[in-house]
Amino acid sequence: MAIWLTKDSKVIVQGITGGEGSKHTKRMLAAGTQVVGGVNPRKAGTKVDFDGTELPVFASVAEAIAATGADVSVIFVPPAFTKAAVVEAIDAEIPLAVVITEGVPVQDSAAFWAYNVAKGEKTRIIGPNCPGIASPGASNAGIIPADITPQGRIGLVSKSGTLTYQLMYELREFGFSTAVGIGGDPIIGTTHIDALKAFQEDPDTDAIVMIGEIGGDAEERAAEFIKANVTKPVVGYIAGFTAPPGKTMGHAGAIISGSAGTADAKKVALEAAGVKVGKTPSETAQLMRDILS
Amino acid sequence: MDLFEYQGRDLFERHGLPVLGGGVAETPQEARAIAERLGGKVVVKAQVKVGGRGKAGGVKLADGTDEAEARATDILGMDIKGHTVHKVMLAETADIKEEYYFSYLLDRANRTFLCIASVAGGMEIETVAEEDPDRVAKIAIDASKGVDEAKAREIVTAAKFPAEVADQVVDIAVKLWAAFVAEDATLVEVNPLAKVGDGRVLALDAKVTLDENAGFRHPDHEALEDKSAVDPLEQAAKEKNLNYVKLDGEVGIIGNGAGLVMSTLDVVAYAGESHGGVKPANFLDIGGGASAQVMANGLEIVLGDPAVKSVFVNVFGGITACDAVANGIVQALALLTERGETVTKPLVVRLDGNNAEAGRAILDGANNPLVERVDTMDGAAQRAAELAAAGK
Repeated sequence: MAIWLTKDSKVIVQGITGGEGSKHTKRMLAAGTQVVGGVNPRKAGTKVDFDGTELPVFASVAEAIAATGADVSVIFVPPAFTKAAVVEAIDAEIPLAVVITEGVPVQDSAAFWAYNVAKGEKTRIIGPNCPGIASPGASNAGIIPADITPQGRIGLVSKSGTLTYQLMYELREFGFSTAVGIGGDPIIGTTHIDALKAFQEDPDTDAIVMIGEIGGDAEERAAEFIKANVTKPVVGYIAGFTAPPGKTMGHAGAIISGSAGTADAKKVALEAAGVKVGKTPSETAQLMRDILS
Repeated sequence: MDLFEYQGRDLFERHGLPVLGGGVAETPQEARAIAERLGGKVVVKAQVKVGGRGKAGGVKLADGTDEAEARATDILGMDIKGHTVHKVMLAETADIKEEYYFSYLLDRANRTFLCIASVAGGMEIETVAEEDPDRVAKIAIDASKGVDEAKAREIVTAAKFPAEVADQVVDIAVKLWAAFVAEDATLVEVNPLAKVGDGRVLALDAKVTLDENAGFRHPDHEALEDKSAVDPLEQAAKEKNLNYVKLDGEVGIIGNGAGLVMSTLDVVAYAGESHGGVKPANFLDIGGGASAQVMANGLEIVLGDPAVKSVFVNVFGGITACDAVANGIVQALALLTERGETVTKPLVVRLDGNNAEAGRAILDGANNPLVERVDTMDGAAQRAAELAAAGK
């Protein structure tokens, strides 16, 4: 088993006919994901062929759900159309919407999040600007490479894509239940805390890797949550110890402003919550190895 | 993108907010002309994107055009916390009776926006916030509802604005929110928002941060960019669509993915501790594709930095296959040689993940004496730091 995404998940792709959308649909199918269709109002009623798998294109998320029973949508539409795509997914009450798109204006993210809250949070949003969610050996919704690691009992939550892959690779001897890339933007749907809570409750996850980066105070809040609620072992890694204040390091959220958001502050908070924090990705992997062996 | 005060003032004015007349000058002569237009008595303010300029002597009153020119001469070229003053703003003076604080900003923790308002504004607002937090009101703004008159009244009441200015502040709160949304800002701050002698409430300062992700719907925002402040290497990288930030060390860094590159900076800085204190020279994320062309462009930028003594290429092949990356490196070095650039700095390459074996074999086969392959990220960082220290 896994959190939020299992072998039974039925996935649709919003933006299935675009370059990124079609490339990753093919990859998701190859990973064994049940991709059941896509959405593009201009191409509704047509079919797209992915190496022999024909997928129907629907006019809307609601129509796709009605026809296929989809419960996950992966969103690959360009930034200018992302807000509308997410709002459509929320309106259709799809349980999980994974927003891969990078470069979404923060007011758009704030707007769709507020809309989701007003609608009673029936949709879990992951992202934007994230690599998605992968439950190795079961299903893959997004762009996380499916073949890094087999299924196992470690859960992972991360702001960064490539660091997720790095840690999955370093710990491939154990395998992972689910890896969730929550994204590095200032406003995101699913937080570290949401994932920690789900991993704590998941009977098939024994230990948790949490990867953070400079900026904001999400890691500090996660540390408080861990202290009060998480009994499974957690190891942490924070990127950006040597990043200078005031410089944006690639992720819109990764910027130190004033004295807040430093890697040191995050490390101190996590260690105070009993989390072992590695200095490098390899050291972090070793900390987890020590716990599991 | 942070704006200069004069840009913020113009933006406020465009959105109907009450501001004083003003203009921006790059020379004392220009300052004189603006002072004349504004009636002689002006305040001369250094235009730097850093707080505390008042305390640093970057804000001066001038009692006429001669004095305005003299104060502009003093302030232009001044250094304020490492920022050289290239421009001064001249503004009409105001008979300030009371100073308030007002801002809208992003509230990451609550995934929405926040209004911060206080009647104890001015230069000491940070001290007030720390020592007397009750005097600083924080009001959450629902992103889907925004700030209408009722919400503005709620803010005014929460921050305890005096009754005689309440209506004006309500009007300002509504207009400032409209500007915040219309311009895709992530911060608008007015400090001070001042009550002046004739009872009017005016925005006497303007701090604005715009969301660069929203650039596609604001073609006019590009003109607000401060080209003079941008490092030439950063400018060159931007023209090639590379995500590059210049830092002050000796080890050039190229990697894929923002998190991994940030992590690489850390690992290199740690390694540098035992190699003469060498540090990363830059942040460069070449992203997912990593074609030979992108790798060549990246290498060109990094090698173009005279401070760089060694380069660490750190790639985890996720979607990108390592053999493609290795081919990219080999072809990039050939491309650079073709372009007539002599590459003399050593490259340390670490490839892991998708097709790593094939990638390593390609590098080994190319047998370029400048390229050294190390299997682990930590080991490669050590080696790159060592080479940089030796090259210093």
